[in-house]
Amino acid sequence: MAEIRVENLHKSFGDFTAVKGESFTIADGSFFCLLGPSGCGKTTTLRMIAGLELPTSGRILLGGEDVAFKRASERDIAFVFQLFALYPHMNVRRNIGFPLVCQSVPAREIKARVEETARLLRIDHLLDKPVSGLAGGDRQRVALGRAIVRRPLAFLMDEPLGTLDTEFRDLMCAELRHLHERIKATTVYVTHDQLEAMSMADRIAIMNNGRVEQLGSPQEIYDRPATLFVADFVGSPAMNLIPLTGRLGKGAARLEVAGSGIAIPEMREDAPGEELVLGARPEHIRFDDASDYRGEVFGTEYLGTMQIVTVKVAQGRVKVKVPASLRVESGEQVGLAFLSDRLSLFDKSSGRALRSALHDGAAHG
Amino acid sequence: MSQALTTAHSVVAPSPLSKRIAGAIVILYALVSMIPLAWILMTGFKTPPDSIAYPPKIVFAPSLEGYCNLFTTRTRQTQEYIQSLGPPQTICDEITRKRDMVIAGPSNYVPRFWNSLVIAFGSTFFAVSLGVLSAYAFSRFRIPLADDLLFFILSTRMMPPIAVAIPIYLMYRKLGLSDTALGMILLYTAVNVSLAVWLLKGFIDEIPREYEEAAMIDGYTRLHAFFKVVLPQAATGIAATAIFCLIFAWNEYAFAVLLTSGEAQTAPPFIPTIIGEGGMDWPAVGAGTTLFLVPLLVFTVLLRKHLLRGITFGAVRK
Repeated sequence: MAEIRVENLHKSFGDFTAVKGESFTIADGSFFCLLGPSGCGKTTTLRMIAGLELPTSGRILLGGEDVAFKRASERDIAFVFQLFALYPHMNVRRNIGFPLVCQSVPAREIKARVEETARLLRIDHLLDKPVSGLAGGDRQRVALGRAIVRRPLAFLMDEPLGTLDTEFRDLMCAELRHLHERIKATTVYVTHDQLEAMSMADRIAIMNNGRVEQLGSPQEIYDRPATLFVADFVGSPAMNLIPLTGRLGKGAARLEVAGSGIAIPEMREDAPGEELVLGARPEHIRFDDASDYRGEVFGTEYLGTMQIVTVKVAQGRVKVKVPASLRVESGEQVGLAFLSDRLSLFDKSSGRALRSALHDGAAHG
Repeated sequence: MSQALTTAHSVVAPSPLSKRIAGAIVILYALVSMIPLAWILMTGFKTPPDSIAYPPKIVFAPSLEGYCNLFTTRTRQTQEYIQSLGPPQTICDEITRKRDMVIAGPSNYVPRFWNSLVIAFGSTFFAVSLGVLSAYAFSRFRIPLADDLLFFILSTRMMPPIAVAIPIYLMYRKLGLSDTALGMILLYTAVNVSLAVWLLKGFIDEIPREYEEAAMIDGYTRLHAFFKVVLPQAATGIAATAIFCLIFAWNEYAFAVLLTSGEAQTAPPFIPTIIGEGGMDWPAVGAGTTLFLVPLLVFTVLLRKHLLRGITFGAVRK
């Protein structure tokens, strides 16, 4: 197993720049997620680590060795594809054993290692079946088996659960995490599904437009989004982003939105401009008739134990997550109160989060 | 669900009646198109007088005279000479003597047939090999001017090949390729390779790149991955392409007439000449044509599973 270091990685396809100088380090044995919308460069990054694309410039260190311009076959890594890429003309046993055949491992050892891997993944009863008849989850396990069997320096996975149905996906998420805990392999996992990333990763890199917007633990990213993009992308429903205008200096702990005062975490820096955005997660807002920040209930989405209430306010719409037991009628006038110590503030022009008491004690990602 | 909304049949599947009508049309068409083939087959087993009888004979006494004439050359002899020869050795001896002739030696049919086999299968092999390699390159790599190159390759098929017959004839004479198997293989390969590239590119495009990428990550070079992973996946496309190339090369007549006359002559230009050797020898022509159909039939039957999949390949997303 090994640490992966990416330094100043660039990749252009003609005029289009897919990856614009990213740097990050993936600790040995950790589960690292690259999360972002389609076309953000996450898959390109992964493919460069794998050696399926060559970077335009930059360095990729795998266990200390620069492999950026080496062939895929010369890097000791395993790759799990979204479509699994199981060879249809081979059965399960030959599929799992294929990487070892490529490396000219003796047949007896291949047999032993394939069977050991199959037991680990609980697919030993499928070994002599053709891959074409397998169910989605079993195909996924075979693909994982083909990766595990070589005992590589790192696992790279490109949306491996993307084609599974929801039920299987939850199951495989848990299994993948469990597997990771047992074999402790450095894993780089690409996904556009924040739930997958949040539930599995030790650390997440949120990518957008070829850049890493934020790097941190799932909780850090959720609680302290570093940019407007991250705030909007992570969380379902997304963070409420309320535009406002005003001067905010270091030490300020209140701001005004449409004439109502709202307490915020104490500012640790001066806001560079007057155009600001207040970020509040739906679960950090509650109904409070005493509040003078008011709006009209527009609609509700019932989620079982909770419900999402959309409230029309002067600045647009705000989503509020409240217990389903609360009775709310459309058209009703309500007051909104914010959980002050959980609010984020962003500079609108740069999209950057402003430092405040919210960030106290947190390592800056 | 209310009663009015339930339907007894699917709205997308064809009804049994329309299936039956379509089936009847297909069968009728097949029968009509098989009449010439049946006529050739029958002619092969007729006697020469039966073969030119008017009105044509549908029912006749079968004879092997056509096949005997196909494989032999014969000379006319006097009755006395034939009687001095002793009893006939083979059924062909017997048939031939009834026409006051004796077998002088083997005909050129077998060597011409052999030429056809060598040239058609040889050119198919080269066309498909070159085709699959360049199709792979067009499918997987960023090639400068790829679209123009592909169009250029296709454009070689836009004119009737015979339009370049004279230049090719002159060129071949200068190069010493006239009437050689190599020349014919080169020519048919050149004609077929554009078809092969285009057909195979379609098939290779359908093979997910992930297969090769997985193999390359697992330790294979690209070439290795191509042979071990891509080729087995493309088997269907290769089989379908090979059949199309073979059909062209096997049946090609115009260039064969022009460029081969002796050593390298293929069966298509040879078969019509059989008529001249023994008068109006239609049974021998029928026999020669029947046998000529066999290799193509065998090849197609062997690959038919692939061919059927090949024709519908890509029509439905898997």
